[in-house]
Order: sequence, then structure tokens, then C-alpha cells
Amino acid sequence: MIVLVGGILMIVQYFIPHQYSQNIFNYYTEWAPIVGAFALILGVGSLTRVHSHKIRRKAKNWQFSWAVLIPLYGMPFFALIWPQSLWGGMEEPGIFDFVFMHIQVPIQATMFSLLAFYIASAAFRAFRAKSALATVLLLAAVIVMLGQVPIGEMLGRWLPETGLWILRYPNLAAKRAIMLGVGFGILATNLKIIFGVERNWLGGAGK
Amino acid sequence: MILLLLPSLSVAQGVDEILTPVAGEQLEEPDPGLDIPGAVTVLDRDNDAGDQLEVYFEPPADLEGILAYNIYRRAVSDEGNEDWSLVKIIPVIEPTEFIDGYDPEYPIEPGILYEYKVASTSITGEEFFGPVCRAEIVSQGEFYHTGKTRVLIAGALFIFLIFYYFGKAQRGFKMYLRPIAGIEAIDEAIGRATEMGKPVLYVPGLSTISDVATIASLTILSRVAKKIALYQTPLLVPNRDPIVYTVADEVVKQAYLEAGRPDAYDPDSVFFLTDSQFAFVAGVNGIMMREKPATNFYLGMFWAESLILAETGSLSGAIQIAGTDAVTQLPFFITTCDYTLIGEELYAASAYLGREPKQIGAVKGQDSCKAIIMVFITLALIFGIIDIVADTHILDWLRNIVTSPIID
Repeated sequence: MIVLVGGILMIVQYFIPHQYSQNIFNYYTEWAPIVGAFALILGVGSLTRVHSHKIRRKAKNWQFSWAVLIPLYGMPFFALIWPQSLWGGMEEPGIFDFVFMHIQVPIQATMFSLLAFYIASAAFRAFRAKSALATVLLLAAVIVMLGQVPIGEMLGRWLPETGLWILRYPNLAAKRAIMLGVGFGILATNLKIIFGVERNWLGGAGK
Repeated sequence: MILLLLPSLSVAQGVDEILTPVAGEQLEEPDPGLDIPGAVTVLDRDNDAGDQLEVYFEPPADLEGILAYNIYRRAVSDEGNEDWSLVKIIPVIEPTEFIDGYDPEYPIEPGILYEYKVASTSITGEEFFGPVCRAEIVSQGEFYHTGKTRVLIAGALFIFLIFYYFGKAQRGFKMYLRPIAGIEAIDEAIGRATEMGKPVLYVPGLSTISDVATIASLTILSRVAKKIALYQTPLLVPNRDPIVYTVADEVVKQAYLEAGRPDAYDPDSVFFLTDSQFAFVAGVNGIMMREKPATNFYLGMFWAESLILAETGSLSGAIQIAGTDAVTQLPFFITTCDYTLIGEELYAASAYLGREPKQIGAVKGQDSCKAIIMVFITLALIFGIIDIVADTHILDWLRNIVTSPIID
């Protein structure tokens, strides 16, 4: 019932630009971060439970669980309770900033940079000319890639122009077809949820 | 050089200063005065919440020496108060109109009467004010956005079609659904994990619960978890969003209950990892390399991490089924996964797995809407060719009927 009323309310408010309608929309959307904050507590609880079980049961690789739990509680401790620098006192950077900038950020950058290598291996796999269609894909990819770099223009004006044509017409047409289907899919899913046809996502609550 | 810099300094400070001559140099004659703008016209903006006004003013006849126009506003109720708000600066080369209320620092209150004055501003920052003009109307919000009528018609048609097929399905009318390889492979993938005695990894995307792709993924998770419960295969569901985690936990718990195996439910099977994108990827990759799941599902919304996840899964030797509506991530999944649900197939998967009449009706309704769009595209193609051959403008006519930009 809540989903039905809320869903219909949101559909109706889309067509009403009046301040009252906007206030209802803002009131609804303001709830999301509040609920999110409480859910975060449950999330941290889940992480703690899973890893403490591992440690208690001495499960395989249980030592790594300490590497999760110690920073999980250590970082908020250094940020909120003991915001001191490595050398004592309150001057910047604090221990939290130091760990964040010198450990977390580089690790995340490393993960992201792995993408370059994965793209290379995925491209190798995708562009193997095993069939006629794969050969077309390979040719299109070569033209588009060469069209994006200066050497492509040196080889001939037709290369960047053909690359652009591939991106603007066949590629865009396929993208739009997918997006159109996605749009209808989203609409159908929303209607199914609003009218109670689809209740699985509620877990036990919808039964 | 100092002479060149002084005027800009004066403008930057926003004050009318008298420039002191520098020794040995002559200053230009003071500005005798600029022509002032004329009357200000204020109109209520259509289709707004009553927080915007359209403001037009007559430009001065002589534009010489004018750098820009400063537009000031105050509420009529503040008449005794000389504290005007500078709501807009329009360069002299731009049209003498603007929409007031965009700047959140100076909001327009519905039902309040305002007055405006416009000043011609010289390069030295001097202002020459036009008349104070009181708006003849107050801003009011509308109860219907006339620009969204086409959306309303299309939406109503879509809802009608969905309900029409719901009804048809409920009356027992058999409807054909084209087979989707990725969905048909789900059973096989779970069976493989069972035979190998290894877990199934299910990643419900990295987005929040407000993303429809996440909700679609959770509906699939429910059906997958039910099968997994029957086969008694271990399940791992790492989550990036805490709200998604709580919902996923409920979904899996309920699925085990419905499958008649509540005892087999492991509370540690659904867990929150982290809300940091690449930390989540590192965590899931670690699970793949340590636990070696036999089957990986990536269903939901993914960003740059899609390839890192799928490639690691491929290296670990798992059978992989992916599905997303993120067009930019689809090529990565298609390249590295065994089966990929492309765009709308993700939303239809739940109907395919459940085979409930209403669910199938929704898919057919969706398909009939696509058929309507295909008719319009075909018409556009034919009209486009006719326009080229016969030099007519039928395509523009069609375009005007079907499309119009919605201005909020």
C-alpha cells in the first residue's frame, strides 16, 4: 500500500510543477539519506559479524579479517575521537588524513589503473577474427581507434571521418535502440512494483 | 599599464572610485554619463513552481560606453528599504531578458510582488539607473505542466497496454516469449556450481536502491536464491550499498523460506563490503580468487569496475552471467562473460524466470510499446525519403507531433 500510494503520488507530482507538489517531492527525497545513514549502521554490523565469525572459527585466511576490522574501526577513531597528527599536536595532516592519502587513495588508484591492462586483454579476446562478424568488429575497431589518434589523420583524412561516421550512425543507432528498450523496461518494472505485480524485491514484506 | 589595470580593479571592487592621476600621465576625461535602460516588463513564467519570473527591459538607445546591465530586485513590501538585491548581470551584447529565480541565493517567493531597476554599467563600474518598475503580476505556480502533455499521453498509452496484456494473461491467453540464452543458462549455471560443490557469487550491481536496475537485480536474486536453496549450494552476495544489503538479505532469507529450506540459510551469505567503488572491486576480486565460485552473476548497475570484475571472474574459471542497462559497460560484459542480458532483458528476466501470467503480460506490453516506436521510426524513414525526393517537409510535421523539449 505504501509503495502504491507513494508511486502514484510521484507519477502525479511529475505533472504538477506547483510549489505544493515540489514540497512533497522534496520531503520524500529528504528521507532517503536519513534511511541510508541508519542502513550504514546495519552494513557495518554485517561486515563486523562476517569477519568476527571468520576469526572465531579460524576459517581459511582468517588473518585477513583483522585487516578489515582494524581499519574499519581505526579510521573513525582517528577521524572523530583522536584527530591528532603523526607527530602529536593538532597540526595537519592528522593520522586519518595520512592513512587516507597515502594508503587508501593509492590502493584505489592502483585498482582503477588495472583497468587499462584488462581492457587490453578483453580487446585482444574480442577482436580475434574468428568469424565474419568478428572480422567486421575488428575492422571497425581499428578504424575508430586510428581515427582518434594523430597517426590516423596522417594516414589519410578518410580514417578519422570514417571513424566518426561509425560512431555517429551505426554505433549511436544501436545505443539508442538499447536505451529505448531500457526506458520501457524501467517503466514496466516501475508499474509492476507500484501495482504490486512484482513483490520479490521486498523480500518477506510483500507477501 | 597602471592606467589599464585601474578600471578593472575598480570594477572588481564594485565601487565608484575617483581615479587619482599618476605622476607624469594624463587620465581620460570622466564619463559624462551613459544612456539608461527603459521600462522593465515582468511576466509570470509558465509551468513553474511559482518561483520564476520572466524579466524583459528596453535597452538604451545609445549603447556606447555600456559594458553590462545590472538588474536589481526587491519586494514591494520592502519599499522603505534601499537594500536592493543584484539578481543578474547581463553583458551588453546579450539579449535584454532573463529568467529571475534561477539563482538559489535570491529566490522568488510565490505571491510576492517585486519591483526592478536596471542600471547601465560603464567599464569603470559606474551605474546609471533606469526607472524603478513595479511588476504587474506576482509569480504563481501551475497545477499542470502543459509541456508534459505528450509524456502524459504516451505514459497513459503505455499503462493501458501493460494492463491490457495483464488482463489477457490472467484470462489464460498463451503468450509467446522469445527465448533469451542468458536467462535459460541460469539453471545450468547453478547446477554447475552444485556439481562442483563451489559457491555461487551474486553481485547486485553497485548502485543504490533508487536505481531500477538494482530493483530488477533483486527480483532476479529472489528467484536465483530459491533455486540455490533447493540445490543447497552456498551463495555469496556482496553489497556496496547498505540499503541494498538490507533488502538483499531479506530477499535471500525469504527465498530460502519459500523453498522450504530456512535452516539452510546462512546469515553470512549476504554481506556488506564497502561503499567505496574500487575497494568493493578489490573485495569481490579477492572472494573470486580465494573462494573460486563456480558461477558469477553480475546483474544490476555497473560502472568502470565491470571489466575488472568480469575479467577476474573469467580468470578464476567461473561461468559468468551478466546483465546491465549501462550501455557503456555492455561491451565489457559481452567480451568477458558467457552470457549477457542486454538492457531491457535485465528487466524482463524476472518474468522469464517466474513465468507468472501478469509478469509475462508486462513484457508483452513493453514489446507492443516498442512496436509503436518502430512504426514511428519506419514512418520517419519513409517521410525522410519523400522529403528528399519531393522537397517537402512532412518529416518536420511528424517530428513536431511526436517530440518536443520539456522545459522545467
